[in-house]
Amino acid sequence: MATMRTIDEVLAELPTFAGLDPGYLEFIAGCGANRVFEAGEHLAHEGDPADSFFAIRHGRVALEVEAPGKGTLMIATLGPGTVVGWSWLFPPYRWSFDARALETTRTVSFDGACLRDKCEQDTSLGYQLMQRFASIMLERLQATRLQLLDVYGEPGAG
Amino acid sequence: MASPAPAEATAAAGPMVPRPFRVAARRREAADTWTLALEPADGGPPPAFRPGQFNMLYAFGVGEVPISISGDPAAGGPLEHTVRAVGPASAAICRAEPGEQLGVRGPFGSSWPLQAAAGRHVVVVAGGIGLAPLRPALLGALAARERLAGLVLLCGGRTPEQLLFRSQLERWGEDPRLELGVTVDSAEPGWLGQVGVVTTLIGDAPFDPASAVAFVVGPEVMMRFAIEALLARGMAASDVYISIERNMKCAVTHCGRCQFGPTFACREGPVMSFAAIERFFRTREV
Repeated sequence: MATMRTIDEVLAELPTFAGLDPGYLEFIAGCGANRVFEAGEHLAHEGDPADSFFAIRHGRVALEVEAPGKGTLMIATLGPGTVVGWSWLFPPYRWSFDARALETTRTVSFDGACLRDKCEQDTSLGYQLMQRFASIMLERLQATRLQLLDVYGEPGAG
Repeated sequence: MASPAPAEATAAAGPMVPRPFRVAARRREAADTWTLALEPADGGPPPAFRPGQFNMLYAFGVGEVPISISGDPAAGGPLEHTVRAVGPASAAICRAEPGEQLGVRGPFGSSWPLQAAAGRHVVVVAGGIGLAPLRPALLGALAARERLAGLVLLCGGRTPEQLLFRSQLERWGEDPRLELGVTVDSAEPGWLGQVGVVTTLIGDAPFDPASAVAFVVGPEVMMRFAIEALLARGMAASDVYISIERNMKCAVTHCGRCQFGPTFACREGPVMSFAAIERFFRTREV
């Protein structure tokens, strides 16, 4: 029989939240809810209000952008343990890309406004969360730079 | 007095003399990349080689280029080379039709340390055409899979259409002996694989860094980031091997064009331990 786990227990296993004080995890879990997306279903649409973000528990999500004349382009895929979305952190709080489930995807969805309020109330929590999101952003920025270099477009090995 | 056998005659002529090979078959891998199967035109056996070694392929009247061997060392059939058309010589080689002849010198250089991988996880990280020089090592590792703790292939490409050996990748994806991760830099929505740079696969790949040996080939920028990610997982620099590419002309250390610090890519390389060349790998103009 499957064991029902609370959201704070689930959060503790996600790399983004691992190591946070249990009190903080409980605090953050108060802003979260389990959500399941079927294959093809969108988690977010470009330009829509970014009032939430998602931590992927199982499944995969594609970040996509519509390019005039080129149709929809997939620019990244994200898997279990990763976070989708940081537009909720910064004005104007709007999604920059489409996010679409590539398969049945189980997530914890967080209310961004709720979490921002909690971070304002407790700046220590806010600092810790900001450090963790900055680390994700750095990782994605470096990966994006490597993608922009188009290294396979140049003569390679062999 | 009996004449020497063709292969013996070529060996006696020395490493600077190309041996004529006939194109036996030709397969398109991507828009600008072909795999050629070459058999000796003199009727002798093809030379034995070790995974990671390269030959100098000569398009007569056009030029000669170093190309890694991409076939199975244990198969014993024609020599396989996977060539991307990036200049006049490689483009002429890619255009060679079955029946046409190319010159072959080699094999040259060092090889992937598969023997040292016994009992360990083998992690293969390939970017773009870098999968070609790694294919012989992968085939060798699969053949000796029961002697390894694990085998992981992480493969990156520009787009799904530009991935090499696609049908083989699909078979490897279903092979329980191998953990396969494939990612491309960009794709259209029909692509069901991953999108992102190959280095993003390293963090979650199923291997024990303490007991792993990694083989990495790709564009040098990609290799730098891949090495960083492998070291960040806790691997030792001495357990990370790369295949370096430098401008080669003679392949036997006479011309000095492929000098890499105190070594020559054609003799000590192309396969080198990162620990041995770390200082030069990060130095510009080397």
